[in-house]
Amino acid sequence: MHHPNGLPAPQGLYHPGNEHDACGIGFVVNITGEPSHDIILKGIQILINLTHRGACGCDPETGDGAGVLIQIPHKFFARECARLGFTLPAPGEYGVGMCFLPVEPSQRLQTEGLLERIVREEGLTVLGWRDTPVDVDAIGRVARASQPYIEQIFIRGAAGMSQDELERKLYIVRKRAEAEMATSDLREKSFFYIPSLSTRTIVYKGLLLAPQIASFYGELSDPDAMSALCLVHQRFSTNTFPTWQLAHPFRYICHNGEINTVRGNVNWMHARQSILRSDLFGDDLKKLFPVIQPHGSDSACLDNAVEMLALTGRSLPHVMAMLIPEAWDADTTMHPDKRAFYEYHASLMEPWDGPAAVAFTDGRMIGATLDRNGLRPARYLVTKDDLLIMASETGVLPIRPEEVRTKGRLQPGRMLLVDTEEGRIIPDEEIKQRLWSRNPYAEWLKQNQVHLDDLPEPPRVYGSDQHTIISRQRAFGYTDEDIRMLILPMTGKGEEPVGSMGTDTPLACLSEKPQPLFHYFKQLFAQVTNPAIDPIREELVMSLTSYIGTERNILDETPQHCHTLKLPHPLLTNRDLEKLRRVSTGDLLCTTLPMLFEVNAGAKGLERALDGLCRRASLAIKSGYTMLILSDRGIDEEYAPIPSLLALSAVHNHLVREETRTQVALIIESGEPREVMHFCLLIGYGASAVNPYLAIDTLEQQALRGNLADGVNFETALRNYKKAINKGLLKVFSKMGISTLQSYRGAQVFEAIGLNRSLVEKYFTGTASRIEGVGLDVLAREAAMKHAYAFQPVTEADTELDPGGNYHYRVRGEYHLINPTTVSRLQHAVRQKSFATFQEFTRAIDDQQRSHCTLRGLMKLKTIARPAPIDEVEPASEIVRRFATGAMSFGSISKEAHETLAIAMNTIGGKSNTGEGGEDEERFQDKRRSAVKQVASGRFGVTANYLVNADELQIKIAQGAKPGEGGQLPGHKVDDTIARVRHSIPGVGLISPPPHHDIYSIEDLAQLIYDLKNVNPKARISVKLVAEVGVGTVAAGVAKAHADVVLISGHDGGTGASPLTSIKHAGIPWELGLAETQQVLVMNDLRSRIRVQTDGKLQTGRDVAIAALLGAEEFGFSTAPLVSMGCIMMRKCHLNTCPVGIATQDPVLRAKFQGQPEHVINYFFFVAEELRQYMASMGFRKVDEMIGRVDMLEMSDAVEHWKARGLDYSSILFNPQVPGRVGRRCLVAQDHGIHQALDYKLIDHAQEALERATPVEIKLPIRNVHRTVGAMLSGEIARRYGSAGLPDDTIRFEFTGSAGQSFGAFLAKGVTLTLEGDANDYVGKGLSGGRLVVYPPRTSNFLPEENILVGNVVLYGATSGEAFFNGMAGERFAVRNSGATAVVEAVGDHGCEYMTKGLVVVLGRTGRNFAAGMSGGFAFVLDETGEFASTMCNKSAVDLERVDDAADIRGLQTLISRHAELTGSPRARWILENWETMLPQFVKVFPHEYRRALGVPRKAAHAVASDPVTRAALQADADRSGIAIPPAMNASPEVAHG
Amino acid sequence: MGKITGFMEYERELPQRRAVGERVNDWFEIYQDFSEDKVRRQGARCMDCGIPFCHTGCPVNNIIPDWNDLVYKDKWQDAIRVLHSTNNFPEFTGRICPAPCEAACVLGINEPPVAIKVIEKSIVEHAFAAGWIHPEPPQQRTGRRVAVIGSGPAGLAAAQQLNRAGHSVTVFEKADRIGGLLRYGIPDFKMEKWVLDRRLEQMLAEGVEFRTGAHIGVNLDVAQIRREYDAVLIAAGAEQPRDLKVPGRELKGIHFAMEFLPQQNRRGAGDLVPDQILATGRNVVIIGGGDTGADCLGTSHRHKAASVAQFEILPMPPENRHASTPWPLWPLQLRMESSHEEGGLRHWSIATTAFTGDENGNVKKLHAVRVGAPPRFEPIPGTEFTLDVDLVLLAMGFTGPVRGGMIDQLGVALDTRGNVSTDANYMSSEPGVFAAGDARRGQSLVVWAIAEGRQAAAAIDSWLETQTASVASAA
Repeated sequence: MHHPNGLPAPQGLYHPGNEHDACGIGFVVNITGEPSHDIILKGIQILINLTHRGACGCDPETGDGAGVLIQIPHKFFARECARLGFTLPAPGEYGVGMCFLPVEPSQRLQTEGLLERIVREEGLTVLGWRDTPVDVDAIGRVARASQPYIEQIFIRGAAGMSQDELERKLYIVRKRAEAEMATSDLREKSFFYIPSLSTRTIVYKGLLLAPQIASFYGELSDPDAMSALCLVHQRFSTNTFPTWQLAHPFRYICHNGEINTVRGNVNWMHARQSILRSDLFGDDLKKLFPVIQPHGSDSACLDNAVEMLALTGRSLPHVMAMLIPEAWDADTTMHPDKRAFYEYHASLMEPWDGPAAVAFTDGRMIGATLDRNGLRPARYLVTKDDLLIMASETGVLPIRPEEVRTKGRLQPGRMLLVDTEEGRIIPDEEIKQRLWSRNPYAEWLKQNQVHLDDLPEPPRVYGSDQHTIISRQRAFGYTDEDIRMLILPMTGKGEEPVGSMGTDTPLACLSEKPQPLFHYFKQLFAQVTNPAIDPIREELVMSLTSYIGTERNILDETPQHCHTLKLPHPLLTNRDLEKLRRVSTGDLLCTTLPMLFEVNAGAKGLERALDGLCRRASLAIKSGYTMLILSDRGIDEEYAPIPSLLALSAVHNHLVREETRTQVALIIESGEPREVMHFCLLIGYGASAVNPYLAIDTLEQQALRGNLADGVNFETALRNYKKAINKGLLKVFSKMGISTLQSYRGAQVFEAIGLNRSLVEKYFTGTASRIEGVGLDVLAREAAMKHAYAFQPVTEADTELDPGGNYHYRVRGEYHLINPTTVSRLQHAVRQKSFATFQEFTRAIDDQQRSHCTLRGLMKLKTIARPAPIDEVEPASEIVRRFATGAMSFGSISKEAHETLAIAMNTIGGKSNTGEGGEDEERFQDKRRSAVKQVASGRFGVTANYLVNADELQIKIAQGAKPGEGGQLPGHKVDDTIARVRHSIPGVGLISPPPHHDIYSIEDLAQLIYDLKNVNPKARISVKLVAEVGVGTVAAGVAKAHADVVLISGHDGGTGASPLTSIKHAGIPWELGLAETQQVLVMNDLRSRIRVQTDGKLQTGRDVAIAALLGAEEFGFSTAPLVSMGCIMMRKCHLNTCPVGIATQDPVLRAKFQGQPEHVINYFFFVAEELRQYMASMGFRKVDEMIGRVDMLEMSDAVEHWKARGLDYSSILFNPQVPGRVGRRCLVAQDHGIHQALDYKLIDHAQEALERATPVEIKLPIRNVHRTVGAMLSGEIARRYGSAGLPDDTIRFEFTGSAGQSFGAFLAKGVTLTLEGDANDYVGKGLSGGRLVVYPPRTSNFLPEENILVGNVVLYGATSGEAFFNGMAGERFAVRNSGATAVVEAVGDHGCEYMTKGLVVVLGRTGRNFAAGMSGGFAFVLDETGEFASTMCNKSAVDLERVDDAADIRGLQTLISRHAELTGSPRARWILENWETMLPQFVKVFPHEYRRALGVPRKAAHAVASDPVTRAALQADADRSGIAIPPAMNASPEVAHG
Repeated sequence: MGKITGFMEYERELPQRRAVGERVNDWFEIYQDFSEDKVRRQGARCMDCGIPFCHTGCPVNNIIPDWNDLVYKDKWQDAIRVLHSTNNFPEFTGRICPAPCEAACVLGINEPPVAIKVIEKSIVEHAFAAGWIHPEPPQQRTGRRVAVIGSGPAGLAAAQQLNRAGHSVTVFEKADRIGGLLRYGIPDFKMEKWVLDRRLEQMLAEGVEFRTGAHIGVNLDVAQIRREYDAVLIAAGAEQPRDLKVPGRELKGIHFAMEFLPQQNRRGAGDLVPDQILATGRNVVIIGGGDTGADCLGTSHRHKAASVAQFEILPMPPENRHASTPWPLWPLQLRMESSHEEGGLRHWSIATTAFTGDENGNVKKLHAVRVGAPPRFEPIPGTEFTLDVDLVLLAMGFTGPVRGGMIDQLGVALDTRGNVSTDANYMSSEPGVFAAGDARRGQSLVVWAIAEGRQAAAAIDSWLETQTASVASAA
């Protein structure tokens, strides 16, 4: 059975809704609009040169999809149709439909008939059909199997119809046909799809590899096929079931990226259908519904939206600016009219948020835009003969340098546009100016927009009622711990509290305690297919602003459209809420609906109350109310609160179904929400604002009781609480890669665990919930339990509130898997080497019959009648080789603990993991070496030498404790050793960014895997993911990206410090993630190419057995080995005060470490021994035999728990039906494709140098398909010479051309790569001592500093070496640089972000947010306009100073001279020639952290200067460390330019 | 959570004991005052562990990290609320508990543990002084009646809990004063008896009925009790002492510790005690190396004995935690009670084989031998010795509740060790008859008695509720 768009139907844990894609995009256009066949050839050539950005699945001949969009080749069609016996009218008077049809003839005929009928009914004429000739031999086996029948239909308009009218009619025809086919009962209807139906454009696409397209669609090679433009796309679907239909381009766009908010966007689009009106369509408008075709990919949905907005009258640029706006909120430098344009449109609709490079065309205009973050690459080039080439990479077409007029890159939020009718490129500013001058938007806003501050003061505001507060807190489930551990910490610092050691409490659906409904949900987060965002360092893209009120017809523009209330953030105080309640400005009108239910009436009462609430909401809308406050004030003995999320979501979904949702804003007035997760859920399910009145009352209560920190009163506490919640919200949004509250609202980016289907379908429509679970009855019972406690008398001999015990163990609190019994039994067992005691430990863990805690606790292992004799089962010493310890960095845990783990794992043949902090080189050669070396976003200590000394390289995409987040090692923890290992400076804090800045998409991951494999071809490459819904699909992408291992981590694992919200509420159990991964990999026949590992609080032999049966070959452990070494779950890892010397760097505490490798070894042998017993009882003799044997698992039949009895594991225990030849465990090695690497040639050339350090020098051409040049060579050098490398300039390679991605990655010392031409992204990534020189072709004559030379994320994580770039670099230049020296002539946004060491000189302009999060090293920027100091630099972490220190001046001058010499930069020469006038225009960027570490106080700068002796001494110190002393200077460096 | 780095900054400090020379001359408690500043500093040492092993090491599961923190933050009133939520009588345990919590303290893995016990005592004393501890009578009465037999810590804890739940509770005590072992057993120098009276006053005001001199099964009919009360709780302790069956046991001057100690309590209370057993001027041997033995030791010192020796059959424990009892278990290790500081000799691995006396039947000599390790305690040939004695006190533990009388008449089944056998809900073989404390678990700590009393009360309360329900459904 197939899903409507050709994907498999949902089965097991696979759901087609989880498919993602990313890819390479490009177009070529003749700016003058002159069609030619050459354009099509060039387009196809681009596609072929982007092949490496796509992927193929199990069948190497079948790609994930590729396609081209061209103008209708009239000449060709006229000729062909004449042959078929019909005549085409003039261009523009007919439309061509590209049709995918059923293969079976009778089904096809019916489909054609249906289409013809609709055409006729719409008053058009079918001219004829044309079989599209295709060459089936050109495509792969899998593609052939699913190939539709491809025909073209030619349709003529009615007499007198304009081309635009015909275009709209064709749109109606297609939408009607789609709708009718959706409901038809044709067996093969899943083949039906219309790639394009237009008078202007036609799309040729399919399940193809790029090189196949020309031979498959032979007509693309016909010289009569001509177009002025060609849009191309090569798809890499992470997912696995690529289909013909989901190939790009779509009708208007092709897209590289991912729309994270798509669920919300689609819902909102649906909700607003009822108020759409269009003069152009009139009554026909209804024929277009649903606007968004169900079951499309995110890109397909976006295309649907673009199409509708464009055909109803907006220009294409206008539509794009509306759907994917720039980051305007925080940009104070933006033109006020432009801001007004965006703000006006923000009141119309929410952005489609997520990383996106979108190329778009309507056949006349063609262009591209980037999302606000600019997280996708897009480079372009204009030739002197009016050709514009845009693509994800540079160098996709060979263009002679002297032909190039300009080279550039697309910038965040900016648009590139060619109007072929005007025959020119329209610059972004002009496009935007045209848009903002369409209407007086600023004026409209001024007159219509309402601000909260402007509303009249309410006569009365709810005060806090301290008499009833305890019973209200009880009724809403407050615990003492909630107040102490969550709320109070927020009032002090304005930040969410941090914890560590993961979570080990029961899932909400298994807990004995009444849970807030919120806790049945888990946050989704971005991994691989799109990046998380850094909401702190890159806050300029983030926004909490929202516009509430009635939404109007978005097909129209009137002043009334912005008659909305602007809210700066979603948390309302009691006063704010009262203002809203009484609002009477314009159309804004508010009413309050109670969300209470009669507690004694149980589930029935709850359901009645919900139905009543929905009915009242509909009535209120009819009566003209535009804001509804859902309120649970007024609980009493009879009435309990409806869980606020349930009430909200019930109303929201009801109104979406009713299509009235956009007419009203929903506001929550509730005592329930108190922590970040609660607010996230309310907003994520559609709330516009939340008034957490009981949380506010609680703050006052705490103030009255004197529980606030010193100097904090109620007002500051409230302010800090709001701040903490707001920051927390941004953090959660950013984990998902979402930037704005408006897009997050209603986006439902959550997964439910343990809610039953009927509940979810009715109240949480569209949310994943895969193991069934509780229904309204349990929710009512939980409310009743809390209610009963609330109305029981409060005695003095009892604590006021339940003690909680969710975070810290409490006897009558929540159950913990790791508790006093299990910790002490385990420690006694491993110390005394007592298997009997160990079994006491495992019994305490495994027997979850009484205290349910985990999903696996409810599983049962089957046994067979004749067990295998235990001595036939493979020995424990073999089994332990499958064990690994988790990635805990040296830095997070002590040297002693880290090395003990490594010694233990090396002794038993398992694997320990460096974690993300690098590893001391002195450990590389002995037993303290970690077999697994991690590559995380911070890239600390990731050098060529580090990489070649690994057996496995693990790319950490996410970690269980905090998926989607980065980390921070505070300066005080960075001692000399840690600083040395991490290549940073002692005392300087280190930030790990939330994303890998070289992995914004799946094809980027493939690139990083390729990079690492090049440096160390012997190492396995592993990718670490965290379980969430859809992780199986991501894992399939990872397999296709050629990883050797994929690790699925559970949410509960994770030892690292993390905000409590993340520990508790992000990610899901590994049982679900692993099962999904296994199922999806098997269904796609990808499982045999990759090993699967899992971790997450694995502790016992039973845990391992279950993991193996669910599909894991290898097993990771962290908590249990730590406990074996003495960890007692202090959960204070983040405070450096670990009293047993594990998670601390304090020498006094480290001395207390008592762990021995033997303890860890004993533990693992015990686990293996236990596993053997289970294996014997199931009849398995080898672990390999049991992998994926879910048939040996069943759900425990003894489940009679009031919550757990609703659970259904059939989706976890699902076994996909595939033929026996499909492997269920890893059986074959990946083909990494490195045999084509240019480096083999380089290594050949460099033999002399490698063996005898004899200098070599070679000149070579290079192309964009040559990726990661220099890395394998560097690996060879590191293997032979360690980190010392070769003497400077021993190996010199000079290239000419356009280099592929990762040029010079991890380049070792002694190698110099020179490139005449340009290069793509990641140049000099991880530079390890080598030298890079890039300059434009000597024959080109554009200005280097104004043309893009090297791509994005250059020198990411470089540790040493030099780079000279005679031109402009893209975004995030030298991000997380920790030691390289670089000169560049201009950079894009976010330059020197998170830099910790090294030196960067920019001889020109920078983009925004320069030096964000920079903590060490220096940058010198030539700021000729003063723009850098005033707006471009993010000064929150750095000071700007004049360069007037002699050493600085000398150093700077020397570097620029070398730049001039090596690159021949005219600009450098000019600067040197005018040194006296140029020098004062240089600004020195000095990070605060660095200054503190150097011990140079900011204010003392004057004193230092005036005291020559001190200064001399300081200078002497500084000279030794090679650092310039900050000059004595004006205290406000920003005015350096005077 | 205390102070994050408190455990690294402050040393463990306990209140000083009064000088030996001074304290053996009176019967007052031996500890000097400890300033609240010092208490707060001790609170700062608490690390607020993710798993507070102290909290499970403590039989009543005191939420120790919470009140350590509150004390550190000078929030005594909040602290007493948290403390009272798990322990009805922290002023007792704060004085006489051996503090298994401290043995389980995480800091104790490699540093002296947090001074939990002194913090507990300080909280409750602070609260009494501030007048925060006052009667909390129930707002409504359930009309249900519960008889509690025995007024020791288990009985009192159960009575207070049941009464607060609204049931009408009568406590029956066979002695002339309420308190059981707390009254007649614990020497005054460990806990002065006003401490007990102060708490009883609160319970009286809350409406608990106390009946002294009421020896059920002796002067009160069991059947009547069962008729008049909806539930009965046996909290009568484990008063059957273990005897030493050796030749000469019948000689005068050989007494059970529990004959000796209560007499001193009575005298301390101002009673006239005819023929009191006194150690004054005599050579005393205490047989049994445990807490009761130590109490006899301290009492003997205060009687001004000529000499005191304490014999224990087990070998001398190690100075530090023995490997067989790793943290967080209650450690096998040598303990130095205050009484040991005051003098006397301790001997280990000794078995008494016989007593011989003078012509008047007074004990004069003790015959003993050194023995090997448990469980066989093999006598070591050639190590036999004798010792001159005038007074022998047997402190060898107890073997369960006193058989006969009430126990027989109630008809409850006993377990193999002779204690009242109950199900997980503290109910004995007789429906409606419950048991808690030493009577159920055998001789143990006061804190265990309180814990059992509380849990039994909760069980009785739920059971009474089901009874009400079944009555209602029957009707």
